Order: sequence, then C-alpha cells, then structure tokens
Amino acid sequence: MELTTVWFALIAILWAGYFLLEGFDFGVGILLPVLGRSNRERRLLINTIGPVWDGNEVWLLVAGGATFAAFPEWYATLFSGFYLPLLLILVALILRGVAFEYRGKRDDDAWRRRWDYCITGGSLVPALLWGVAFGNIVRGVRIDADHEYVGGLFALLNPYALLGGLTTLTLFTLHGAVFLALKTDGEMRGRAGRLAARLGGPAVLVAGGFLLWTAIAHHDVAGWLLSAAAAAALVGAVVATRARREGWAFLATGATLVLAVFALFVTLFPDVMPSSIAAANSLTVHNAASTPYTLKVMTWVAVAFTPIVLAYQGWTYWVFRKRLTAERIPA
Amino acid sequence: MDALDLARWQFGIITVYHFLFVPITIGMSALVAGLQTAWVRTGKEHYLRATKFWGKLFLINFAMGVVTGIVQEFQFGMNWSDYSRFVGDVFGAPLAIEGLLAFFLESTFLGLWIFGWDRLPKKLHLATIWLASIGTLLSAYFILAANSWMQHPVGYAVNPASGRAELHSIWAVLTNSTTLVTFPHTITACFLTAGAVLVAVSAWHLKRRHQEEVFRPSLKLGAVVVLVAGVGVLVTGDLQARIMTEQQPMKMAAAEALYDTAEPASFSIFTLGSLDGREEMASVRIPSLLSFMATGSPGGEVEGINNIQQAYEQKYGPGDYTPYVPVTYWSFRLMIGFGGLAMLVALAALWATRRGRAPTSRWLWLASIASIGMPLAANSFGWIFTEMGRQPWTVFGVFKTAQSVSPSVGAASVATSLIVLTLLYGVLAVVEVGLFIRYARAGAPEIEPETDDADRPLAFAY
Repeated sequence: MELTTVWFALIAILWAGYFLLEGFDFGVGILLPVLGRSNRERRLLINTIGPVWDGNEVWLLVAGGATFAAFPEWYATLFSGFYLPLLLILVALILRGVAFEYRGKRDDDAWRRRWDYCITGGSLVPALLWGVAFGNIVRGVRIDADHEYVGGLFALLNPYALLGGLTTLTLFTLHGAVFLALKTDGEMRGRAGRLAARLGGPAVLVAGGFLLWTAIAHHDVAGWLLSAAAAAALVGAVVATRARREGWAFLATGATLVLAVFALFVTLFPDVMPSSIAAANSLTVHNAASTPYTLKVMTWVAVAFTPIVLAYQGWTYWVFRKRLTAERIPA
Repeated sequence: MDALDLARWQFGIITVYHFLFVPITIGMSALVAGLQTAWVRTGKEHYLRATKFWGKLFLINFAMGVVTGIVQEFQFGMNWSDYSRFVGDVFGAPLAIEGLLAFFLESTFLGLWIFGWDRLPKKLHLATIWLASIGTLLSAYFILAANSWMQHPVGYAVNPASGRAELHSIWAVLTNSTTLVTFPHTITACFLTAGAVLVAVSAWHLKRRHQEEVFRPSLKLGAVVVLVAGVGVLVTGDLQARIMTEQQPMKMAAAEALYDTAEPASFSIFTLGSLDGREEMASVRIPSLLSFMATGSPGGEVEGINNIQQAYEQKYGPGDYTPYVPVTYWSFRLMIGFGGLAMLVALAALWATRRGRAPTSRWLWLASIASIGMPLAANSFGWIFTEMGRQPWTVFGVFKTAQSVSPSVGAASVATSLIVLTLLYGVLAVVEVGLFIRYARAGAPEIEPETDDADRPLAFAY
C-alpha cells in the first residue's frame, strides 16, 4: 500500500477515534441540563467524563497535526476555507474546557449555572458543526485551481451538510446517553437509559437519511457497505438500549460512529477534498500529500508510539471503570 | 489594516497569551511532582498539604494552557495557509509528533492524577504527575524544534518544481543547533517562572504569619528554583545570543539598535532619544558588552544594521530586511531586565528568611508578591523579541511573512476572529486571575484522615 493511502487511513482512524471518544463527551455535555436536575446530579454527569475528556480531545489535535504533516495542502485549504465555522468550534471548545475545570471551584449557584451553559453550548456547537464540515468535504466545495476555497460562508449551509450536522448531533447525543446509562448507577442509570431509548428512533431516521443520501450521491461499493454496516450497528444500538443491555448498546453506538466516519472517508478516496468547480482542482491523496520521506518518518513514529498511547488511554478507562452514583459526589 | 496586519496581531496576541500559562504548567508540574515525591518518601504531612495547594493552582493555570493551545494548532491553517502549504512537509512533522507523544501523555496522566488520589496506589499515583510533567517537556521540545526551524532552517531543500520546502533529514531538524540552545533557555525560564509563583504566593501568606509550616519551605524552594533556573537562563541565553549572531546577525544588531558595524561594540542599558535608536540624546553604556554577548570576546566585531541590510539586498534582492527596531531594542532589554529583577527579589527573600527569620520590610514583601509578574513579562518580551527580530521572514532567509498569510481569507474574517478571541481571552483572564487569587489566599487544605470506605466521596472531583 502506498504511504499516502496509509496516512489517509490513519487520519480516518484518528477522526473515528475522536468521534467515538469525544462523541460521548459532547453527548454528556448536551444532556447536562436534560438529565441533571440538581447541582449534585450535574456534578455526577460531569464527573463521568472528568478523568478522560481532555485525553479524548487530543484525538482532534493529533488528527489536525497529522493532516498538517501528511497532507499540508488539505490542512491549508480546509482550515482557511472553513474559517468562521472553525472559529466557532474553537470558541466552543475553549469555553467548554475551561468550564469543566472551573465550574466546581466556587460554591456559587450563578457561577455554576454560567459554566453549565458553557458546557452545554460548547458541546452542542462542535457536535453540530463537525458534521456540517464533513458533509461539505464529502459533497465537494468550490475550490479553485490554486487550491483555495472560494465558496464563501453560506455555501457551507446546504441541506446535505446540515443533515450531516444533525447526524453527528443526534448520534453524539445518543452515544452520550448510552454512555451515561453504562457509567452511572441508581436513578440516573434508569433515566439515561430511558432517554437513550427515546433518542433511538430519531437517530435512525436522521443518520439513516444522511448515510442513504451519501450512498446514493456517490456510487461507491465500499461506501455503500460501510454505510449499511453503520446503519445496522445503529439499529443494533436501539435494540440493545431497549433491552437494557448497556454495554452492548455502547459498543453499538461506538461502532455506528466509527463505521460512519469510515464510510465517509472511503467515499472520499482518493480525493481528500473534492472541488465542485472542476475535478482537476480537487485535492487528492497524491497532490495534497507530503513527500515520501516525511510520510515514512511519520509512519515510523506512529507505528512506535500509537500502541503505547492506546495502552495507557485504555488503562485510564479501566482505572475509572466503576459506575458513579450521586451519593459519591461531595454535596 | 489589511488581512496580513490583522493576522500578525492575532498571532502575537494569541501566542503571547498562550505562553503566559505554558511556563507555569511546565515548571509547576515538576515542582508539584517534586513536593509529592517528598511526601511519598518522608510521609511528612506538610509536603502533602503543599502538593495539594500548589496542585490546585497548577490546575487552574493548566486549563487555560490547554484550551488556548488548540487555537495555536488551528491558526496556522486558518490565517497562514500559504505558510502551511510551503512548510507543511517539514514543520507539520514535529507538530504531529508533539500531539502523539506529548499531548496524549500530558492530558491522560493529568486526568489520572486529578481523579486518581483515592484510586491508585500511592507510588503509581506519584508516577502519573511525573509522566504528565515529562509530557510538558516533550511538548516543549517538539514545538521549539518547529520554531527553531523557522529561525534557522536545516535538513530541508526547496523543491523548484513545487516551490515547497521538503524535509530531507528529521534528525537535522530535531538536533538543530538553535533547538539545542533554545530548549534549555525556555525550560529554565519556565522554572524561573514557576519558582516566582511559589515565592509570590508564599510571601503573601508569610507576611500574615499564616500556615508558616507550609509556606516557609515553599518560599525557600521557590527562591532557590528562581536563582538556579535564573543562572541557567543566563548561561543558555548567552549561548543563544552567540548562535543568533551567527545565524541571524540582523536580529542581534536590531537588539542593540546598532546601525554601524562596531569593534568592540558596547551594550546600552537604556537610551533616551528617537524610538528606533538612530538619534541618541543620552544612554547608559557598558563598553564591549555587546561584543562579548555576540562573539564571546570583548573586542569582537559586531555587524551593524546598515551593513547587513546591504548584504541582504545583494543576497535576497531589493527589499527592507530590517525588523522594527524599537520593538527589538526594548523587548530585548525588558526580557533581561524583568528576568534579572525576579532573581534579585528571590535572592533578597531568601536572605531575609534565613534561619527562621521573618523580614520586617514591607517593601520586600511587596516586591516578593509582585515578582510573580516579572518572569511572565520577561517570557513575553523574549518571544516578542525573537519573533519580531526575525521579520520580514517567517522562515529566515527562505519565506517571508507577507507571503505566508491566507490568500482566501478576507480582512473582515480575520478581524472577526481577532476581536472574538481577544475579547474571550480578556474575559477568561479576569476569571482565571480571580480564581487563582481566591485559591492562593485560601491557603493549604487540612488533610483528612484516610478511610477505606469504597463509597466515600470522590477526591478532587470536578
């Protein structure tokens, strides 16, 4: 396999990992005002992701860094082209990250309420906008012969991309609810489980619609198969949620997100950012890539260190595997 | 202002702001790890109280460093897309490696440290803060390697066909002579900064004779760290100046506003006159010092701005190759001045508290408390100096700042981002400083006896 293909696959894996992990973080943040009825319950919800959210967010930073290193043209076109949406995402991630650390640092209801808004808003905005961004990448945007995005802001708000945004939003919310049913005990466990069951229908509708639209618009066999697998995993998640099989439900929503990201990337390949103006302007794994030497260096680094990272991140989840209850949260 | 100016202002504001938090994170993670090690080894309670107290302050600061760091990675692509296209092959690699090796290590193990107090065995828990601390050092190394490559590009060639810089040796980039002196200079400065935090906060408590059992050792630890790290900053800064004179002579000339080549060259402590130092009314000068800083010999020749400008015009074609001298001249002095001032205060505080003494001088207390801001100012001026001194280049001698900006991003977009981020950062600064002061004043917590109840409330929960 060519190294450019390897790096395309690795970036797909990084985004899949990001959606799988920060997906439930975002979901927990979005559900904070819905499931957390008292301060103690909201603290319970935040503490389910407390030890891991920061590590989960690093998947985004590494995805960005890997894109910069392996496909500089892609990084440059994407980040300068999607300028204002990315600014919004940045503001959201900043407020959300600070909110987690600062929320509990003052015993003051108004203070906590303000940070709760930051957590919810800061989770909702990226959960929506990442889907809009990927929808646009897969659909193709106006890229000129100099590889510059010339489409403007409002061209990004097309129906397909917006449906993509709704897809990530609903999937992350469902994933978060399922995670909470798995990570809490007592009253919250039941409440989160019931909410997850209610979210299943809308998620199947929205995500199924988006995947079907993607599959129809692009005649890509592997994309079809992966989309179908993602949809099947989602249906499995709904079934498992209704049957109160929390572990299976979480695996299934995780699989849905991973398979959906793979479906999008497979549909893209060998383009990384197709141009809607002319196919010749499209960024591909070849014309956007770094030199073979850089890719080789990066491959060695990735091969040597990724297993270590996965091992200690996995260990963190093992350390904090115990279900939390509101009783264990200091009042 | 056009998009280029706005993008430069944004980079300056965002980066200087980010680097207010970074040195405290790097220095304090190691100091907290050291205090916790002292507790694990001796079992003395005041070490544990100090660990928890400084750990809280460290975390308040760490959160800001993390979230402002995300902007750093994004803004190369957002505001500087042509730079990213040109350098991605070389510059992207250390950034990606930083993420994989350092960011994961820092964030994962810090999460384990914050939430693992009652869940991990004592020694394993201690290991988590050390690993997080090592992560901050690794992060510094790779990002400084990337920055040093901009100061002194090595291990690459520009491909004439694509017009892009291409990496030829990652080893050359990671062992760049500039990196090897910049890394210790930055890291010692980080420790100086963290030491000053300990001095300032401890002094506030000791002045009130509050929790002396925790804050007297903390003040001493902080002052010693400031002094030892300060000597390190001086030594490495000296090495750096010599390498800079070799690699970027214009920056050294601009640091002194030396227009004409001089042998020997004197160093002015300050100058009254026109801002750019062309016309001088009065100045306080140390003979031969600039020659010594630049070349290591008191009689060495130091090239002046005018001569270098001429040479560069011949080498790179017509153009202005002189950085904005008022900024380089004053930021260089302020960097050294504020760093030195922090060392003097630490020395005085250490002397005044020797053998159980408590100073009575109100001024010494005030200076000690104020010393928290001195390294922060010195760090900021250091970066402003080295980045402004490299202008008009982003990659010295290879790629100019004016070529680097995103061609497809209009001034209105950059202005929006500049205003939004600056306002947001301003509000967060108020919140952060407020919390920092609140927790600094609260003092070290009392230690509750350990229980074996598996359902006890969580330690360090959000």
